[in-house]
Amino acid sequence: MTVTSARPSSRSEASPAAKAAGGKVYTPYSFWFYLPTAVIYAVLFLVPTFASFYYSLTRWSLFESKFIGLDNFVMFFQEPALVKGFTNTLIYAVVTSGSKVVLGLLLAVLLTSQIVGRGYLRSVVFFPVLVSTVGVGLLFQVMMNPERGIINGALGVIGIDGPGWLTDPKWALMSIAAVDVWKGVGLATLIYIAGIVSIPREYMEAARVDGAGAWDTFRRIVLPLCKPATVTVIILSLIGGLRSFELIWAMTRGGPGFTSDVISSVIYKQYQAGFYGLSTAGNVILFVLVTAIVLPLNWFLNRKEVDM
Amino acid sequence: MSTAELVNHRPGRKWALSVVAIVASIVVFIIPFVFMVLTAVKDRQQAADLDFSWPHQFQFVQNFVDVVKARDYMLVIAFINSTILTVASVAGMVVLAAMAGFVLQRRKSKWNGFINFLVLSGLIIPPAVVPTIWVLQKLGLFKTMPGLILIEIAFGLSFCILLFRAFVATIPRELDEAAIIDGAGPLRLFFGVIFPLLRSVIVTVVVVQSVNVFNDFVNPLYFLPGDKNATVQLTLYNFSGQFSTQYNLLFMDILLITIPPLIMFLFFNRQIVAGLTSGAVKG
Repeated sequence: MTVTSARPSSRSEASPAAKAAGGKVYTPYSFWFYLPTAVIYAVLFLVPTFASFYYSLTRWSLFESKFIGLDNFVMFFQEPALVKGFTNTLIYAVVTSGSKVVLGLLLAVLLTSQIVGRGYLRSVVFFPVLVSTVGVGLLFQVMMNPERGIINGALGVIGIDGPGWLTDPKWALMSIAAVDVWKGVGLATLIYIAGIVSIPREYMEAARVDGAGAWDTFRRIVLPLCKPATVTVIILSLIGGLRSFELIWAMTRGGPGFTSDVISSVIYKQYQAGFYGLSTAGNVILFVLVTAIVLPLNWFLNRKEVDM
Repeated sequence: MSTAELVNHRPGRKWALSVVAIVASIVVFIIPFVFMVLTAVKDRQQAADLDFSWPHQFQFVQNFVDVVKARDYMLVIAFINSTILTVASVAGMVVLAAMAGFVLQRRKSKWNGFINFLVLSGLIIPPAVVPTIWVLQKLGLFKTMPGLILIEIAFGLSFCILLFRAFVATIPRELDEAAIIDGAGPLRLFFGVIFPLLRSVIVTVVVVQSVNVFNDFVNPLYFLPGDKNATVQLTLYNFSGQFSTQYNLLFMDILLITIPPLIMFLFFNRQIVAGLTSGAVKG
């Protein structure tokens, strides 16, 4: 083991081919291979990202821009409609991400147990992940119709008067979040299943020999050893939740009023209205929000190693 | 499976739990899809009731023809557009990301940290919309299919590079060395030796990214607006305004664009799972 693992690392320092005398190393791993990727990525991703910092400080028509300092950002945090979009983004991301962690873990534990119809259940939970988000949004928009939709119809049968899921300002955002969880929980479950399956069987057996019950096994073994999966699920669903646009746009377009607006939908609305500078400021705020949440969280979650 | 012991102490409980799980899955996951299919084959009047009922008459063929014909065969054009977009951008992603991932894994240089940072930024940072339009306009690519293809490639590269880099690490370096001794240059080495060995991860990347690109709504909305160039996701959006009283046609449209991902799911379930869970275990 030591011999085989030592060899590649020593070779990775000096490339396999001979070293020329001038210190220039021949390598078959040419930097040219990066070139097409680097060009596309730089031109279509990095340049716009850096440009956004400047143009967010301007009044902009794509052809000419006028520097106006921080006015766009001031506007963003003064206009109630835009502030609402900001807070909604945070609420939406935290609610969807939290629900996906909890439900995903529960479903994964269930779907790795010896339950009947396991294959069917796994498929059926996962399939919505692959379906078009807009399609799912429109489907649920119809099902959530306050008078005629099948959800309130079903609730009516058991005597509950369902609210106007998407028409009531109190419920709209949470209804969309619920659909988001419905569509996305399959991915979280999948990631957790991969995590649980990788736990060595001996740990479970040892725990059982020591007299641990189901809850103890879950609490002391599955939960800590699934931590990498938890980190992945939290980070992925937070990024997705903060950037979420399609579902919200398909279901309510930010309405009623602007009660279910998020930053991404504000960006689109301002873009449509021709306020390019303001729209870009929204993008910068979203950028700062995502990095300010995801990077520290990632660092924090990966900091502590699990004691095996 | 490894948590068998968690849930399953008594056989009676196992059966009860299974029945509850299956019933719950039908209510939560199956009924919405059944509702979608039923509404898609109803006639216009019954579909407008929005209820969960058996169709009085099955209008599958007529609804299908109607939705295909709508707005001068927009859906047909959209399917062609989406196919072009998906095939071209996924092909581009695979070749470019495989090359980049290969060099990134094999060559240790002082730039690696920076390059990895860029790759991760591509996963995390939300793209700046209007500045991207501005760049595309300068290049003459705004509102064109090639422009959108390049956009999809640029935004999808990061994920692909991570998968390729991880897979290249499992290919022994001895192969590279043998090829080099036999006189292969960098291009021969990569396309002749390494690329064919990447087959399993290529399948994963192709399947996952084609579903992503096919289902993408935001990028076509911003970068390829207009009815003429609509992709399938945009037709859904356009129809939802036009067909607000014709739910049968709207749902037929949803049904039609759900079929390609369904086919992918049926044939490539394993590869999709592999792609989406990579990194979950190692962290």
